[in-house]
Amino acid sequence: MPGAAIAGIHEFDKRVAGGLSKLQIKAECARLALADAGLTWADVDAVYDAGESGFGSGLTIAEYFGVNPRVVDTTSVGGSSYEFHAAHAARDIAAGACRVALLTYGSTAHSESRAIGTGARRPPAEPQPAANMDLPYGMTLIGSYATVAQRHMAQYGTTAAQLAEIAVTTRAHAVRNPAAVAGLADIGIKRTGEITVDDVLGSRLIADPLHLLDCCIVSDGGGAVVIVSADVASDIRKPPVWILGSGEAVGYPGFGSDITTTAAVSSGPEAFGQAGIGPDEIDIAMIYDSFTITVLAILEDLGFAKKGEGGPYVAGGRLRFDQPGGPALNTDGGGLSSNHPGMRGIFLLIEAVRQLRGESTSQVPGARLAVAHGNGGQLGSRHAAGTVILGRE
Amino acid sequence: MTAAVPERPLPAPDEPDTAPFWAATRSHKLTYQVCLDCGDVVFYPRRHCTGCLSGSLDWRASAGLGTVYTFTVIRQHGHPYFRSRLPYVVGWIDLAEGFRMLAEIAVPPADAAVGLPVQLSWEDHAEVSIPVFRPA
Repeated sequence: MPGAAIAGIHEFDKRVAGGLSKLQIKAECARLALADAGLTWADVDAVYDAGESGFGSGLTIAEYFGVNPRVVDTTSVGGSSYEFHAAHAARDIAAGACRVALLTYGSTAHSESRAIGTGARRPPAEPQPAANMDLPYGMTLIGSYATVAQRHMAQYGTTAAQLAEIAVTTRAHAVRNPAAVAGLADIGIKRTGEITVDDVLGSRLIADPLHLLDCCIVSDGGGAVVIVSADVASDIRKPPVWILGSGEAVGYPGFGSDITTTAAVSSGPEAFGQAGIGPDEIDIAMIYDSFTITVLAILEDLGFAKKGEGGPYVAGGRLRFDQPGGPALNTDGGGLSSNHPGMRGIFLLIEAVRQLRGESTSQVPGARLAVAHGNGGQLGSRHAAGTVILGRE
Repeated sequence: MTAAVPERPLPAPDEPDTAPFWAATRSHKLTYQVCLDCGDVVFYPRRHCTGCLSGSLDWRASAGLGTVYTFTVIRQHGHPYFRSRLPYVVGWIDLAEGFRMLAEIAVPPADAAVGLPVQLSWEDHAEVSIPVFRPA
């Protein structure tokens, strides 16, 4: 088998942290993920951190946990950070630099009432040049994704109803996940049952053509993933889930570039190539669903559908866990309906592992291969893409 | 007592890469850069060419004619100024000289369209002017 496997996972079970700090959430997830693997703090010799808990996390996180890493990686590329971390951990393990890598995430975005999608009250004190060119115009994060959807519709005839299918599918999966249902209620969402395409189209427009129900929720949350070498994997509690391939890329705006094509068009083929498999072999597609358009564009760029044909592809419930003809999409309920604390890339890895262990609340029988694709930053603008292919023995 | 009227957030005039761009807006010039060695158009402004390794870039003024590459209608915003303007149209404009920029498009939301020909106009402030595109 290849060199690195996910041995332990844990997802913070609440969507409202109840006064816990980001660091406390990270440490709780870390110790429970290590326990899931049958390992302890003393086994950890590498930490990967996106810096969400504050400045200089590479200096401080090891002390807080009480570990002694030989590898410290603070790659910070928004929601895709954890796919990048998994890729780096697999490479670091393969190079012999470490044996037990710990990835953690903690966020209190909901408790802080962070309006992630609709813009800050003040511009940044020290803007970067790109931001200094854009800030007078009142673009929002949701608006940026909406420009991708608008162009996709104009270029390919994609419809709002087709986009809505993605939200309907992820909600159907969320309804089967007790943590997601409790979380939706806890963050104040009144209707926690299944939704229809008409429900999505009837919800208010936030940034045309994206409706409220085309957008992810804002929750608290966190998670941890433990990645280990093959020799450690031979002696863990649960079946190891192997990292078979990975790809990393970034994208940015420019004259003549196609805004409907994301950086996944580069990271995807790299990851599939390393794994030696194709999209048609994938059972589980964990695709970053900040918005419905995010999933549609990335499914195309990863090769599940041709560019421009994502709309018809997602129609008819094809991506439900119990439907044939395509992979099961975001079987935990996704960012659209389970949790989105700001950078949900770690949950893509966690739910993919649950599926490959047979532990999902929307289990695909005999699931063997999964793709986790994280998207960081903003589609339509500067964004990062991390693709990880996972498989069980 | 009347409430203060919220004002549009403005760019930092002294951000080193973009300061010349914003200074030129005061005389209603929309500027972009062309590499003197390879001829590539560079936008947003920088001290280096992104096509070759040159550090020699020339500033040019755009005629301000372009088309809407894509757009959105903003209907929710956290900032008081933008909230007071809802709904409004923002999009990426492809300029005839070969660069793409984000800007507000002064058009009723129902009239906004991909491919709409637009032309430049200006909204004046004390230290900078803000480019705004209107249907051509």
